Amino acid sequence: MGEPATKEVLNLEDLQVAGGVSTGRKHVLSILSENKPGVLARIAGLFARRGFNIESLAVGPTDDPSISRFTLTVDGAAHPIDQVTKQLHKLINVIKIRDLEPEATVARELALFKISADDNARAQIMQFTDIFRGKVVDVSKRSVTVEVTGSDDKIEAFEQMVRPFGLIEMVRTGEIAVSRGRGTT
Amino acid sequence: MRAVDAIIECLKAEGVEHVFGIPGGANLPTYDALYDGGVRHIQCRHEQGAGHAAEGYAKASGRVGVALATSGPGATNLVTPIADAMMDSVPTVFITGQVRTDLIGTDGFQEADVSGITLPIVKHSMMIQDPREIPEAIHTAFHIASTGRPGPVLVDVPQDLSRADIDYEPVDRVNLPGYQPTTEGNAKQIRLAAKALANARRPVIYAGGGVISAEAAKELTELGESDRFPVTCTVMGLGAFPAPHDHWLGMLGMHGTRAANYAMDEADLICCIGARFDDRITGKLSEFAPRAKFIHIDVDPAEISKNVPAHIPIVGDAKKILPKLTREYRALESDSARLDGWWERIRNWRDKHPLRYEDSVDSEIKPQWMIQALYQATGGDAIVTSDVGQHQMWTAQHYDFAKPRRWINSGGLGTMGFGLPSAMGAKVAMPDEQVVCVAGDGSLIMNVQELATCVTEEIPVKVMIMNNGYLGMVRQWQELFWDRRYSSVDMGSSPDWVKLAEAFGAKGVQLTQKESLVDDMKEALAEDGPVVVDVRVTPEENCYPMIPAGQAARDMVG
Repeated sequence: MGEPATKEVLNLEDLQVAGGVSTGRKHVLSILSENKPGVLARIAGLFARRGFNIESLAVGPTDDPSISRFTLTVDGAAHPIDQVTKQLHKLINVIKIRDLEPEATVARELALFKISADDNARAQIMQFTDIFRGKVVDVSKRSVTVEVTGSDDKIEAFEQMVRPFGLIEMVRTGEIAVSRGRGTT
Repeated sequence: MRAVDAIIECLKAEGVEHVFGIPGGANLPTYDALYDGGVRHIQCRHEQGAGHAAEGYAKASGRVGVALATSGPGATNLVTPIADAMMDSVPTVFITGQVRTDLIGTDGFQEADVSGITLPIVKHSMMIQDPREIPEAIHTAFHIASTGRPGPVLVDVPQDLSRADIDYEPVDRVNLPGYQPTTEGNAKQIRLAAKALANARRPVIYAGGGVISAEAAKELTELGESDRFPVTCTVMGLGAFPAPHDHWLGMLGMHGTRAANYAMDEADLICCIGARFDDRITGKLSEFAPRAKFIHIDVDPAEISKNVPAHIPIVGDAKKILPKLTREYRALESDSARLDGWWERIRNWRDKHPLRYEDSVDSEIKPQWMIQALYQATGGDAIVTSDVGQHQMWTAQHYDFAKPRRWINSGGLGTMGFGLPSAMGAKVAMPDEQVVCVAGDGSLIMNVQELATCVTEEIPVKVMIMNNGYLGMVRQWQELFWDRRYSSVDMGSSPDWVKLAEAFGAKGVQLTQKESLVDDMKEALAEDGPVVVDVRVTPEENCYPMIPAGQAARDMVG
């Protein structure tokens, strides 16, 4: 227990609440789990029954085939993030959760945009695609499909640019992320 | 060895002596293994009964309760006990049969996705996909059910896999990289908590069922007695602190004592141990204990700051943390005189607002007297189970539980029909103890079929029906908050409980006289076999005091 407690007076008024506070920003949670059947259902079910809203979710294998990684974004304004992570930790198959700091994280998302395009529009769309370092992956007489990779801000910016041409459909993967530097996420 | 024989070996290795259940198509192999497997199987009459019996077994003994059911309807009948065990953190393992693997997903006969159905209400579940996984799965289930914050674990075993031949090797460890419950408690936080207690002028210790799960009743009492700390318990925590006691405020919450609820309302420091600030405790959250800072000790970190933000969170096992907290507190040699004013205030509430009721002018039995009479008839030392409703609250109020694991009820889920099967399980676990089920006439009928189990398996539980002819708690709310529009709460005159008991082969007695009630109860309790005692009580008595739902402690009525 270490040294005995000092007898100095502690003013109860000075005690501050620990945890349970909304942060008001978006959080990217990187979750390692055992690669077992039903883990996705457990995580999704937990969010549904606790009333937490998932903004995006990406799931895939890791370098270790027995372990999967979930990258999940949650709105920290709507939910106290420590309650979300503590509930996630209660799932037996969840091994590790990291709430990634935005400044110390590289996050990427891939999106496919199918845009209606006549000959005139196509050139402009391709110009935007160049600026956003996207790639044209399919072209037809009346459409062009573009692949864009980046942060969600970048993808949203691209969407704004091409929407006036007529966005036929858009598919996004949800963000994936790793921490910057040598350490593991 | 057949996989099912390995299941029995694993159960025995876990020290299991009794299991509750019902056989069916998909778990026929398991029952073949049970035939001469060396584990006593108690053949229940409904899977819900088996599930609650496993809970009663666990709550009475602290050992893991086990219930078995077949696929489909057998498994879905376990849903209520599983949810109940989740809400009240009861260490239980449920093993269900599943249809053959080639039928899974085809809507086969008696197929139900029980893992899917129970996903939100289990601590963990495992669907067996390879028979060689079975031994480790069973041990994993016991490990998870009984450690950390206890809870229900489901193992679903497809019928064909359970017949498979496997090489059985005893399993001595389970591999769970994501599951390491914190037990010790942070030393710095414990020291801070001791200091906060030493500086509090109006402290209250608020303890819950977690203290009982942690086997920390003695340690709680030592903390309470390390100074003149007032102690209150939730309905799940009764018995964790020995009532009656100088420091004992009575139960808190919706039907708690005024002393306990007013003390919470005016406290400057609340030390919560193994409880979870349920809405039945807090009432209106924004007006709950408005002057208090909170120490929150719990083995489940997710409980901390879930409903009420904690100032000093301590995650870990109460049995390990409380002795350290007591030692740190004693080392501070705090001046006990600072609590004089607080005790004066508490004594004033106690004197002014004891639990009271108006006795009948004739021989009619008041429900409160029924519980006091039961206390006298049992010497205050029975294991008492209950259903859910007025009788549950009156038992909690008027039967002073002096020891842990004597009071077994459904606190979180509030499951009517819990009392009889859980009493049955408790009696199997603790055959030398007197086990009494205080039942409501509305609740008992929901699982009355288990009387047959009690008779055929020779489990001599005593059932005391608090018979007021109503779904009493609902009637009380309709009276108080719905203009006395009594909608579907009158139970009529059916059944004749004495005849029903006799039809099952149990003894039935009806009691109506308050003067001879204690002696009449003693006589019924002295019978060898199961007895059903139909105690006729005042039909329209209300359970008071009461915090109306969604209101604050100082708005108590009655």
